[in-house]
Amino acid sequence: MTIDETRVTSPLVEEHGLTEQEYEQLKAILGREPTFPELGVFSVMWSEHCSYKNSKPLLRTLPTKGPQVVQGPGENAGVVSIGDGLAIVFKIESHNHPSAVEPYAGAATGVGGILRDIFTMGARPIAMLDSLRFGDPRSARTAYLTGGVVSGIADYGNCVGVPTVAGEVAFNESYEGNPLVNAMCVGLIETKNLTLAQANRPGLLVVYYGNTTGRDGIHGATFASEELTEKTQAKRSAVQVGDPFMGKKILEATLDLIQAGMVVGLQDMGAAGLTCSSCEMAGRGGTGVEIDLDKVPQRAENMSTYELLLSESQERMLAVCPEEKIEEARRILARWDLEAHVLGRTTGDGRMRVSRGGREWVNIPAAKISDESPVYQREARPPAYVNALKRFTVESFPEPKDYRADVLRVLALPTVASKRWVYEQYDHMVQTNTLVRPGSSAAVIRIRGTQKSIALKTDCNGLFCYLDPYEGAKMAVAEAALNVAVSGARPLAITNCLNFGNPMKPEIFWQFSNAVRGMGEACRVLGTPVTGGNVSFYNENIDGAVFPTPVVGMLGLIEPPLRPMRTGWEAAGDAVLLAGPAAATLGGSQYLNGTAKNPIGPCPMMNLDFQRRLIDGILQAIGEGLLHSAQDVSDGGLAIALAECSLASKDSSLGADASLLDAARPDIQLFSEEPSRAVLSAAPEALPRLEAIFRGAEVRLVRIGTVGVAGLRIRDVGQWNAEELRKAYETKPF
Amino acid sequence: MLKATVIVTLKQEVSDPQGFAVFEALRSLGMRGLQGVRVGKQFEIQLDGLSRAEAEKELHEVSAKLLSNPVIEDYRFEITEA
Amino acid sequence: MKFGVVVFPGSNCDTDCWNALHGPAGEEAVFLWHKDASVPSDVECVVLPGGFSYGDYLRVGAIARFSPLLRAVVEFANQGRPVIGICNGFQVLCEAHLLPGVLMRNRSLKFICKDVWLKVARHAPPFTDFAADVLKIPIAHGEGNYFIDPDGLKRLRDNDQIVFRYCDARGRVTPEANPNGSVDSITGIVNEAGNVLGMMPHPERCAEEALGNCDGLMILRSIAESGLVRSASFRS
Repeated sequence: MTIDETRVTSPLVEEHGLTEQEYEQLKAILGREPTFPELGVFSVMWSEHCSYKNSKPLLRTLPTKGPQVVQGPGENAGVVSIGDGLAIVFKIESHNHPSAVEPYAGAATGVGGILRDIFTMGARPIAMLDSLRFGDPRSARTAYLTGGVVSGIADYGNCVGVPTVAGEVAFNESYEGNPLVNAMCVGLIETKNLTLAQANRPGLLVVYYGNTTGRDGIHGATFASEELTEKTQAKRSAVQVGDPFMGKKILEATLDLIQAGMVVGLQDMGAAGLTCSSCEMAGRGGTGVEIDLDKVPQRAENMSTYELLLSESQERMLAVCPEEKIEEARRILARWDLEAHVLGRTTGDGRMRVSRGGREWVNIPAAKISDESPVYQREARPPAYVNALKRFTVESFPEPKDYRADVLRVLALPTVASKRWVYEQYDHMVQTNTLVRPGSSAAVIRIRGTQKSIALKTDCNGLFCYLDPYEGAKMAVAEAALNVAVSGARPLAITNCLNFGNPMKPEIFWQFSNAVRGMGEACRVLGTPVTGGNVSFYNENIDGAVFPTPVVGMLGLIEPPLRPMRTGWEAAGDAVLLAGPAAATLGGSQYLNGTAKNPIGPCPMMNLDFQRRLIDGILQAIGEGLLHSAQDVSDGGLAIALAECSLASKDSSLGADASLLDAARPDIQLFSEEPSRAVLSAAPEALPRLEAIFRGAEVRLVRIGTVGVAGLRIRDVGQWNAEELRKAYETKPF
Repeated sequence: MLKATVIVTLKQEVSDPQGFAVFEALRSLGMRGLQGVRVGKQFEIQLDGLSRAEAEKELHEVSAKLLSNPVIEDYRFEITEA
Repeated sequence: MKFGVVVFPGSNCDTDCWNALHGPAGEEAVFLWHKDASVPSDVECVVLPGGFSYGDYLRVGAIARFSPLLRAVVEFANQGRPVIGICNGFQVLCEAHLLPGVLMRNRSLKFICKDVWLKVARHAPPFTDFAADVLKIPIAHGEGNYFIDPDGLKRLRDNDQIVFRYCDARGRVTPEANPNGSVDSITGIVNEAGNVLGMMPHPERCAEEALGNCDGLMILRSIAESGLVRSASFRS
């Protein structure tokens, strides 16, 4: 008896992560007991990673439509029009669990996977971003994970020649042992070349190209849907290894195939491999598919049907191609030293059929597996901690004695400090379109042959989301929108990566549902629909769940009269302005919390209507050419924003002389992370017009200082020279 | 069938930052008696239809030409019956 | 001038080079495929761009050296015609023995992408026929640590083959300004005849105002103008 003939028993069903009830549903769909390979297929297709069974009802509440949206959720990536027949294809995805057990390979394959999602649609990848969370930098494990993840991202992205231009790196004890590695890829496409992952008619050839299939990564998708325990540590073999050179070759070959009109539909064999890709293509296209596994090029000997179906070997593509074009397709692939393997055909019967050695092992209804996948409305219950949060009040926190030292301390906090030590390991200039490099509020990439550029940023403050998932998620969207706005761009759309703990726990599901509600509201008010993304549950270690971390990847468009803006001061004598409300709390701030796991609240409140008016005011001012620089106030607060503007000024030869003008205690004014605030600089002559614009937007604008000699002075608080600011800001955590 | 194992290492006089990094890591693990580390590459090559002498000749040629860069690297190999 | 930009599988600065030559430099440029056995007769300068040729899985540049096109490039260079290798291209030229020495892993073992300052140690056609003494050009490499033995270094110095050295903004060659541990801070050299240049920094990444820096354009222009001089002298 071969392994494929194993009889399906109830312990085996449980081992595959399927419940008794799900198994009954499976049998009802089939009208019989499944074969062992079929059980494998179902377990993957119905894992959270592929089916979104625990999140679907809530995700449906997110806004996904808008005149700019060409393709919303449900495909490999979202597509947003930028005019001139061009569109941006973008998506963010997590690779948290693989990175927790093997940081280098886990992060590298995360990058490889998201790249394939983009070029599979016919777009050339033009930028990568990475949103990373790690534990306390003082732990040896964090140093190991961070080093591995950063070099994994670097080695893959650098090799394929896609610039890594922005992202975030934050540290908090809550991520100890369960890092978050969210990779975002952005591509550019002529809208007419858009290729979907669909096999829309019978009789097409199903063509495999790229790497051979080995035993790596079997059950990665189910693995991504489990908590990390000692037992999963032992599943280290589930981690795949990336091959960026093959990634680059299939990128170029795929774009050549699409350009030449060779393919009807295309899907990469990422998580869940051949199973998901063939079944989903048939399901979406309303056709069936029939494949012969003997045609799959194999790397390992004696692979079972089960293993061939579930292997997650990287850098493999599945195309559907009209028969009359196969010879031309072969020639295009051969140019890149790739071979086309015809595995089978699309059919008209709606079934996914897999044979091997002349025997049929899988025969299931393709669309039904996706359409009738189980959906759960999980129970939500507010966690006890939300009522027991420590709260900041002026009375309970005595005024600090040494503000001068405090500013340097906050500048050097691992989440606040410069990420130069990370982004200098990433090639952020290749393709020569990076107009604003990493280290600014958002990266700006020009679109060659047009007057346009795009601004890109990922954002999420896990501290805020822990304190209040609803406000925190609103803030993630709003903050990312402000980030691209101060870079000169109008926010267009987002992709999201929702990182949470175990959704079976009502407290976690409460966090999740509140975050999704907040995100939806913010996207509606700010006009930035959700075009796709990813849910990552089960981000837990022995000590509990990570902070709820709904990461937002924001796309903004810069077109005349808007222009790219930078963070740094431009000219001595310019007025330094603060747009936005006065600060009222230190709750959730880096100043109070650093990397501690039980943050002191409350979370500041996000007024979305105000945020929209602030963004409109800033864009109006940029469009009229009134601003010389712009920077949002976020991690670390106003003092840190001012220091960053000084350090980012041309050759850091400029600085600011500023005053605290509000009534609140200086520590609140310096370090509050009250949202909806931006530091702007402008020539004094521009002030009357700027005041009029912001008055019209009903946004407070106050002049807090003047651009002058290098360094920073804050009256009645302290003075810092450029060298000491730089030294503190460039502090590396390891 | 012959199996050749070719080992390529940096020449003694060339600094080996990777070896140094491993050295530091071993030291932090508290490895006793640690004196030095050099990191190299190992190639396992299957050969058929050649005498041992012919195999040696082929291996010298490809080792010097492709597998190592004589400017910075040394190679050595051993051949076993597979 | 007509430039030929070599494309290996894994090259990733080929389009950037083509764009810089074609756009800001205003020259003609064509791609040369690695499987081709010859350099077209009208190509006047060959560019080996940056990237990870063949994945650089064995040793940087080691496999590219054996491609059919590279044999033709060696012949092209031996005829005294200009060849410039940038980053991975420099690594390929060393492996192909068109240039002495070798590029090893950076001292930090990490990839480094940032602007650096270069001291121009040799002002001569075809590559550096300009007055500027200090250039700002970005690097982006994991293996740019130039190594050559003391005898080789002496020969480079004696023959005036060192073209660029890492320096600070004021042109001082200091240990702190050396980002990767290169011998003698070397980051660009020519062969004895002076017609083959290898350099780790990327001039094509700073050849237009929109990117905030045009220092790289000086090198591209120098090559193009030397071509004009040469073809004029051929005609006379």
